[in-house]
Amino acid sequence: MIQLSAHHVWYLVMAAQWTVLLSLIAFAGGALVGLPIALMRVSPSHALRIVAGGYIQLIQGTPLLILLFLTYFGLGILGYKLAPLVAAGLALTLYAAAFLGEIWRGCIEAVPRTQWEASDCLGLDRFQQYAYVILPQAFKMAIPPTVGFMVQIVKNTSLASVVGFVELARAGQIVNNSTFEPFIIFCIVAAIYFAMCYPLSLASRFLERRANAGRASH
Amino acid sequence: MLYKFDFSFLLDKWPAFLNGAWLTIQLTVLSIALGFVVGTLCAVARVYGGRVLRLLVGFYVELIRNTPLLVQIFIVYFGLSSLGFKLSAETSAVIALVVNMGAYTTEIMRAGIQSIHHTQLEAADCLGLTRVQTILHVILLPAIERVYPALSSQFVLLMLASSITSQISAEELTAVANNVQSDTYRSFEVYIIVAAIYLALSLLYRLAFKAIGLIIFERRRRLGTAL
Repeated sequence: MIQLSAHHVWYLVMAAQWTVLLSLIAFAGGALVGLPIALMRVSPSHALRIVAGGYIQLIQGTPLLILLFLTYFGLGILGYKLAPLVAAGLALTLYAAAFLGEIWRGCIEAVPRTQWEASDCLGLDRFQQYAYVILPQAFKMAIPPTVGFMVQIVKNTSLASVVGFVELARAGQIVNNSTFEPFIIFCIVAAIYFAMCYPLSLASRFLERRANAGRASH
Repeated sequence: MLYKFDFSFLLDKWPAFLNGAWLTIQLTVLSIALGFVVGTLCAVARVYGGRVLRLLVGFYVELIRNTPLLVQIFIVYFGLSSLGFKLSAETSAVIALVVNMGAYTTEIMRAGIQSIHHTQLEAADCLGLTRVQTILHVILLPAIERVYPALSSQFVLLMLASSITSQISAEELTAVANNVQSDTYRSFEVYIIVAAIYLALSLLYRLAFKAIGLIIFERRRRLGTAL
């Protein structure tokens, strides 16, 4: 048995970089897919609303772990041999898109109706309405809950460990296999996750309070 | 497409899936019930407790909400057993899920408790209700009623998250699926089926919580709205 040393802790901190990378991939992918989903949800077209709503129901009603298995094993035997990073990135993207889509839909709908009517009166077309009137206002409201959701993304990247991607949680298991001090090791792992997530939680709360203060002063 | 879907394993494996779904229901109903009790107690402590108690509960909530469930499960199962507390996978799973659920419930219930108008408390005082009576009848029940939608979606999220306990081989749906998958080598089909079962379960849970809400909260049943 090997003694737990500063070396191991350093290895965990290094592995946390992969957690950060995977989180960034998931967030970028989720935002890229999530925005069209949100726009489809508020579209005047019935069909688009149903498709986007169905997607959200489907993803939010399935565990992320199963989604991860589906992308990893599923796409693998369909002929696309995926690296664990790609499979995990894909599953997390699909997951984040469903949740971000729903969060952003709420923000778009929270923009007062009168803003639509006023921009109609000014003769803006639908694209201009979104680009210059609705989305900038929705964007402001979306920041606090989006930052809050990033905490969920960071935590959920730990599931990538089950398909063998060596991020923080998997690194913890690896160190545990050689030192067998699970309590200390997983507490260190939890502490590193906490160090990444807690600032995001605080930032989300701070931004939310500031947004509400701004609204109260009007 | 080169790949041929083959669901024939379902012919003799379907009881395993059904059993897995039943195990997941048992595991999650127990965890939800216990977690709700823990969370409600913590929320009361967080709002009405002394300084130390409030700090402790705040610490617990932040700690749990900012670390992954997977790591929490590992700490309970591998960590505690290395310290001498030998727990079965199922017991560890329930403990981890209850601790996790408790933290999220605390935050939701705290919002509910703080939404009760202070005139309600003054009225309760005037009526001569004791502190315990006030908390039970004037604060908790209306508070639960107000945050009930948030609570039920948190319950559904916990049911989905219980799939993670398969990583310590607790007996539930995902663990069953992993076994079938290694028997049949039909991983894609197996996980499609399991995804469908989880989807059905989350629908079932949503309907059940809606029905329970209608039964418990008379106002919601009669007027269709919360307080």
